[in-house]
Amino acid sequence: MKDKIFRILLFAAALAILFLSAGIIYALVNRSLEVFGEYGIWGFVANAEWDPRPVTEEYGAFSFIMGTFYTAFFSLLLCIPFALSVALLNGEYFRGSKLSSFVRSIVDLLAGIPSIVYGLWGFYTVRPIIIEMGINAQGFGIFLSSVVLAIMIIPYASSLSTEFLSMVPNKLKEGAYSLGATRLEVVRHINLPTAASGILASFILALGRALGETMAVTMLIGNTNKIPQGLRDTGNTMASVIANQFGEADGLKLSALIAIGLLLFIITALINLVAKMVMKKLARV
Amino acid sequence: MENINNISKENPVLQLKEVSVSYSPGSFAVNRVTADIYPNTITAIMGPSGCGKSTLLRAINRMHDLYPHIKTTGEIFLKGRNILAMDPMEVRRMAGMVFQQPNPFPTMSIYDNVLAGYTLNGIRLKKSEKEEIVAQSLQSVGLWGEVKDVMTKRGSFLSGGQQQRLCIARALALNPEVLLMDEPTSALDPISTNKIEELLLQLQKDFTIIIVTHNMSQAARISDKSMFMYLGELVEHGNTTQMFTKPRNKRTEEYLTGVFG
Repeated sequence: MKDKIFRILLFAAALAILFLSAGIIYALVNRSLEVFGEYGIWGFVANAEWDPRPVTEEYGAFSFIMGTFYTAFFSLLLCIPFALSVALLNGEYFRGSKLSSFVRSIVDLLAGIPSIVYGLWGFYTVRPIIIEMGINAQGFGIFLSSVVLAIMIIPYASSLSTEFLSMVPNKLKEGAYSLGATRLEVVRHINLPTAASGILASFILALGRALGETMAVTMLIGNTNKIPQGLRDTGNTMASVIANQFGEADGLKLSALIAIGLLLFIITALINLVAKMVMKKLARV
Repeated sequence: MENINNISKENPVLQLKEVSVSYSPGSFAVNRVTADIYPNTITAIMGPSGCGKSTLLRAINRMHDLYPHIKTTGEIFLKGRNILAMDPMEVRRMAGMVFQQPNPFPTMSIYDNVLAGYTLNGIRLKKSEKEEIVAQSLQSVGLWGEVKDVMTKRGSFLSGGQQQRLCIARALALNPEVLLMDEPTSALDPISTNKIEELLLQLQKDFTIIIVTHNMSQAARISDKSMFMYLGELVEHGNTTQMFTKPRNKRTEEYLTGVFG
């Protein structure tokens, strides 16, 4: 009898989560309809114009989609060498050692720092350096937010990569050593290829994090509503434009912001789906 | 000093002198083993679990160097050179090893698996050289006919017995002085086991083989010489037929007759 009640409770909880997710999607879609009705879905997505002035009012998401992809991919690029080094250190070279658990806890700590703290640090510490380097006058922009974002996603990329690297079977490594390979050769020809799809999946997941990261980016990107002309330029990501403008939005503008949220949700979900598929493929090998 | 070039059939290809291996200070998994191994022989190392037979085998190609806490002492001469004083990478190319579990590299094709010893060491070969090595190595393990049309498939595509023969081919491709086999058939079915045993008898013409085995009848079937180890010590070493019919040591006799094991 108790068993039955427990099962019903579990079932109810699962169902509740299902309805909740469906409810969120429904709300997003419902409130986006106004802007989609005005411009059409494609007309909204492909339009780079964002003009909230009452008379010339016009809303398009394309600038923010571009801003998002610029920051996310550049930060991913910056994070790869560091995340991969940390993963190799923890998953192969110093696996199970004190150094490894120390590095691991430091990296975990990075994951635990609130976004707003990264934003503050980026604003007061990294931005002056960027100005000093002459990248741009104000410091704000794609470059600054990507640098900070890269640091924020290192833990996500490295911890999963570490798992996949440490799962490379010892018998393969010993097989390679028995043929006279050096450690570097074993890492290059055995560890990395064997863990490749797992490492790829972890970087895709990190990309997903970078796409949706809001607070720090909003503080650092410069918040201009146009397609960024390169890494030195300012811009807005999909997340940052919502964070920046939702407070004073109503009517068509609010609908446009919610539609951007819906797009971001779809893109992130797709990215996670791809990562899961890559990992599933890995599990079958 | 003996001249390396003058080694004849009579000289041992491998000499173990007072070889000890310890996993922790003060305790020895292999304790002062001395033995000579002659060219073109198959030597079976037998003994109960934990007697140190695999540990001894792995000392010969310096596998223990991968684990810093394991210490190997004594002298091991391979073709007259003390391998404990050599670069371990060079030693491992001279002493090929086949493991208990077949371990073809899953990210490489069958073709690339055979050549792995060269690619892993950064040795560049011409295409014609590659093809010759692959064909020759696969022929010598009797796998050529079975795989010559599926060369680009991954090594893990083969059956367990085929995988193990691929691993033997991979070791032979480097033309080693001695082939070390650590229970190579214990993960295989009887038919595959039989094939590997026949293969070893053929390879004996060109190679010196040391095989660790749990299986006494396997030792009796294929080996010329046998070593019986117990608690890290080499108890008896001699002709296989003699050891199986008239063991000199009481412990050997007890092991072979199944009193313990």
